Order: sequence, then C-alpha cells, then structure tokens
Amino acid sequence: MDFFHVIVVLLESTIRVSVPLIFAALAGLFTERAGIFDIGLEGKMLGAAFAAGAVAAITQSVWLGLLAAILISVALSLVHGYASITQRGNQIVSGVAINFIVAGSTVILGEAWFRQGGRTPALAEGARFQTINFPFADTIREVPFIGPIYADLLSGHFILTYLAFAMVPLSWWILYRTRFGLRLRAVGENPGAVDTAGISVIWMRYRAVICCGILCGFAGAYLSLAMTAGFVKGMTAGKGYIALAALIFAKWRPFNIMLACLLFGFLDAFAIRLQGNPLPLIGQVPVQLMQALPYILTVILLAGFIGKAIPPKAGGVPYVKER
Amino acid sequence: MSNPYAKLPGWVEYGLIPLVNLAVAFLVAGLVVLLVGENPLEAAYHLINGAFGRGEYIGFTLYYATTFIFTGLAVAVAFHAGLFNIGGEGQAYVGGIGVALACLWLDQTMPWFVVFPLAIIGSAFFGAAWAFLPGWLQAKRGSHIVITTIMFNFIASSLMVYLLTRVLKPLGSMSPQTRTFAEGGQLPKLDWLLSIFGLDIGTAPFNVSFLLALVAAFGVWLLIWRTKLGYEMRTMGHSPSAARYAGMSESRITVITMMISGALAGMMALNPIMGEQGRMQLDFVQGAGFVGIAVALMGRSHPAGIIPAAVLFGVLYQGGAEISFEMPSISRDMIVIIQGLVILFAGALENMFRPAIARLFATSSRRAAVVAQTKGA
Repeated sequence: MDFFHVIVVLLESTIRVSVPLIFAALAGLFTERAGIFDIGLEGKMLGAAFAAGAVAAITQSVWLGLLAAILISVALSLVHGYASITQRGNQIVSGVAINFIVAGSTVILGEAWFRQGGRTPALAEGARFQTINFPFADTIREVPFIGPIYADLLSGHFILTYLAFAMVPLSWWILYRTRFGLRLRAVGENPGAVDTAGISVIWMRYRAVICCGILCGFAGAYLSLAMTAGFVKGMTAGKGYIALAALIFAKWRPFNIMLACLLFGFLDAFAIRLQGNPLPLIGQVPVQLMQALPYILTVILLAGFIGKAIPPKAGGVPYVKER
Repeated sequence: MSNPYAKLPGWVEYGLIPLVNLAVAFLVAGLVVLLVGENPLEAAYHLINGAFGRGEYIGFTLYYATTFIFTGLAVAVAFHAGLFNIGGEGQAYVGGIGVALACLWLDQTMPWFVVFPLAIIGSAFFGAAWAFLPGWLQAKRGSHIVITTIMFNFIASSLMVYLLTRVLKPLGSMSPQTRTFAEGGQLPKLDWLLSIFGLDIGTAPFNVSFLLALVAAFGVWLLIWRTKLGYEMRTMGHSPSAARYAGMSESRITVITMMISGALAGMMALNPIMGEQGRMQLDFVQGAGFVGIAVALMGRSHPAGIIPAAVLFGVLYQGGAEISFEMPSISRDMIVIIQGLVILFAGALENMFRPAIARLFATSSRRAAVVAQTKGA
C-alpha cells in the first residue's frame, strides 16, 4: 500500500464523516446568523436520525424516512423557536432541554416500538441510500493518480454527500445574495433596525429556525440512512457539538464552515487510522488527544489566538418591541 | 431590558409558578409513558415507592440528592453573576482527580477524617482549576463561557479517559479505574441519621458528604446574600453596566465566580468516589453536572430551593431505577426525558404560564394587582 493510496483512503473517510458536520454547522449558521443561539443541534440531529431510521424501517422507503427526519427536526426547532422567540426564554437552556428530551425519548420509544435495545431494525437495500457511481468510474480507476481520485474521492458517495457540499455555496448565496438572507443577517445584528423597516423580527427568526430544522434533518438522515443502515442509540455521539465548534471556528461563514468541518472530519478519520501507530517525528500520540483536538482548537480560536471570532451582535438576546 | 412581567406575590413567584411548571413537565412525561403503552399512574406509584418505600430506598434517594446539591449549587452560583456554567460535568469529572490523589496517597495510613478534608480541598482545587480557564478566557479574551465550558467538558472527558487508562490504573489491571481504596479512603455512612427516624439504611451509600453538601448550601447562601463579593456577583448578574459603573472589576468577579462554581462541582466527586465506589471509575459523574442545571433552574438559584429540587431529582434517579425494574419498557432513560422537560418548562418556558397566573390574580384582587403593577413597571 503506497503513500498515495493511504492519502486517498484517508480523504475518502474524511468526506464521509464530514457530511453530517457540514449539514449541522450550516443549520447552526442560519439560526445563529438570525440571532438565536442553538446548542440543540445535537438533539435535533439525533431526533432526525431516529425518525429516519424508524420510518424507513416501517415503510421500507428511504424518502419517507428522509421526510420524517426533516419533519421531526423542524418540529424540535419550532419548540426551540417558541421558547426563545415567542416566550423570550433563555436560548441556551432551551437547547440543553431539547438535547436531553431527544436523548431520552429516542431510546424509550425505540425500545418500545422495536425492542432491539434502542436500535431500529437494520435497513434493507431499498430503505437506505445507495452510493452513486459516476460513469466509467471502474474503468478509469486503473489510471494512475487521476483514476483513484475520480473513482474513490469524487465518485461513490451518497446523494446526501453531494447535497451537503452543494449546500455550502447555496447557503452562501441565500445569506449574502438574496433579500431573505440580508434580512436574516440583519435580524441577528440589529433587530431594531429590521423592525423599523416594517419587517417582522419574529417571523424572520422563525423562518431561520425552520431552515435550521431542515438542515439538521438531512444531517440526521445521513447518519441513520446512509452512513449506517439504521438508528443506534446515541449515534450522534457529540457530532452536534463538534458542528457547533466548527461553526464558531469558521467565524460564522459558509465556506469556512466547509473547511472547518473537513478539518475536524480529517482529525477524526486520522485518529481512527492512527490508533496504535506512532506518528513520524512526534512518536506515539494518545488517541484521546486527537479526539480532543477539535475542541482544543476551538477554545484557542475563541480566545482570539487564531484571528478573532465575533458572533452575531444580537445573538442570544430575545427581541422585545418597544412598549 | 426591564422585566416585562408584572410583579407577583412572593409565594406565587417562588412557589406556585415553579410548581405549575413542574406539573406540566410531569404531565408531558406521563404522555410519553402513555405513548410507550404503559400506565402513567402505575409508573408514578413505582416512582414514589422506589424512592421512599424503605429505609434503604430513602438512603439511595438522599445519596443521589447529595450529588445534585453540589452540581445545582455550582450552576446557581454562576447564574447569580449572569454566567451560564454548563461545564459542571467536566469540572466534577476533573475534580475526581483531587479526590483520587488524596485517597491513593493516604488511605492506607490515615483514618477517613484526615483524608476527607484533603480530598475536599483536592476536589475543589481541581474543579476550580478546570473552571478557571473558561472564566479567564471570558474575562480577558472575550470568548463565550457557554461554548468554552461545553468544549472543556469534552476535553475533560478525553483527559480522564487518558488518565484512567494510562496513568491512574494499577499495573496489570484491565479495567479503566484506580485501585480500590483502603478503609481511610472510604466515607462512613450516615446510618445513624436514618436510624433516628427508625429507618434501616441497608446497602445504600448515603454518606457523610451529604452533611458537607448542606454546609456548602449554607455557605453559598452566606456568600451570595451576606458578603461583598456576593453583592458584586448579583450586581453583575442584574446589570453588568451598573457593576462597571460602580467600579467593580468584571473580570475579577467572572474569574472568581467561575472558580467557586467549579469548586462546588468538583466536590460532587467526593460522593461517588469516596462515598460509594471506593475508587475512581470511568464516567463516574454520569450526567450529574447537567442535572445541576435542572436543579438550579427549579430551585430558582436559591439554596433553599436547590435542596428540595435536588431531593426531587434524587427521587427520580432512585425511583426511576425501580420503575425500570418493575416496568421493563420504561428504562432509566425516562429520567433523561423528565430532566429535559423540567429544564424546558422550568427554564426556557418559565414565563409561559405567568401571564395567565398574573391575570388570575388581577381579577381576584384588582387593587393589589394595580399597586403591584405600578411597582413592577
């Protein structure tokens, strides 16, 4: 196995683990840019993954599974929205609550409905996403250099993978080039000004929260319908928080988000590959250090040692109209 | 932004509204039980019976409550200064190092009452140290405390896995835990306290750290309402600009508050490590740091509210075990749901029923309400 081959394999698994991070971090981008902090990404993703796994197992349809994931995730987003927009509650508290409610109920409901120790039944071929092979992938594979890149890196992923990467420029376009995006960002910076312009801050923020729900739905569906064949309890395993870290690490910008997610995904893939093998020059690196690295990097960034991450100005502050 | 709601009498504010919120949380939890196809009333019976049915059960309930008093106080202290310390989980986990070091060092030579004070200092020190960095980063570098404490929870978890699998594990052992402590590293049970009420503690690990928790609760009350520092903390919590205007150092208060909060969270480690297991294991915190958020919210950040709230969660943890034993389709994850619902209704949606309750009072005693409203505005 030569060096080039190792790199290709590593990058391929980087892409695989980055996809849910990209979806979730972009989801967070929409709400946080509208001034709603969301640490409930983890819970929404988990709820979506469960809904996708359960519905796909019952209906044997991958698309109904995806739809269910989006519906549940949007519903959870609306709970967060209701608490933080309408009731002007503490957004962090609401996010924490959603994470707990989902973590508990996916296990309880999964066990009650399927009796497989919190799993949903393993999905058959038609009930999960299949990888898409580009034309001539197998014939070109033998071509040196270009072949593996085309066949293994570009081709052979799930449709959701391509969607995730397509969502990056799309999110940029929505946020920076449409009227909706301008208003959404304005609501996160200076809601008073948006209100003065005769636009409903409340409705604007609700729409941002719904966008977040849809994207988290994709993230969850990817976990249980594409990455694995079915839902396993606690399968998000902190990915929502990593996505949150990536969002901050990317300073709330779409293209940076993609890069941050790929970096964190790479660290993850690298840590798995490294297990037990010493690294040249550095020697043995504990796996735990690799696992903690995304969080450490984010803390260092937040501390302003790698540039400065400035959150949206009105983030976390409920909007109260002047009375 | 001033409080947009009319002022209500104290017993409504601190008694009725939390109770209504709690009742709604339990109603929704009951719906989940129905959804699973079980009888919520039966579950409630097992919950109460499992928590109070026998002296042993009460011992377990109070054992869990001890843990939650510490973590609840930790969250509450930070709340008073307007800080949200979501990192109690990590601080408690790292606090365990202090307990383990004291025990590993002296357990074979010293009696427990010598080891215990050292373990208290150790746990508080390590917990405070783990909270110091997020506090300092917020005060000096402007990074948001919520995010940094979340990150520190994960870093703590990785750190502890590393320490327990590589450093603190005895040679030749496979399981990631320290050796079992000798007599000196184990806290005496409070069997005499329960036997006053004619109860037999059985195997329940209800121990001396409960008394420490009560002392800590009193200490927090003293700190917040009877000291200069507490006054500064509350001022900053209500209005950072007022604190700045009064010449209080924001960064000093932030760092000190976080360290006190971390120390309280760290002391939680005494209960499971010295009080129950007699060794430090992987994941001994088991989410208690997060329960602290629910406890602090329900107890309205006042020690007098935190203790009953902690006992309530003790009931949930101990009674929940009984439910899962009697009704297999309701596993202990039910507690996690209830915890989430309590955080949602007592925390994020705390004002949902306030307008309705306020209206109720306005119609029953219109004059009093008018007076109160002009005061509140």
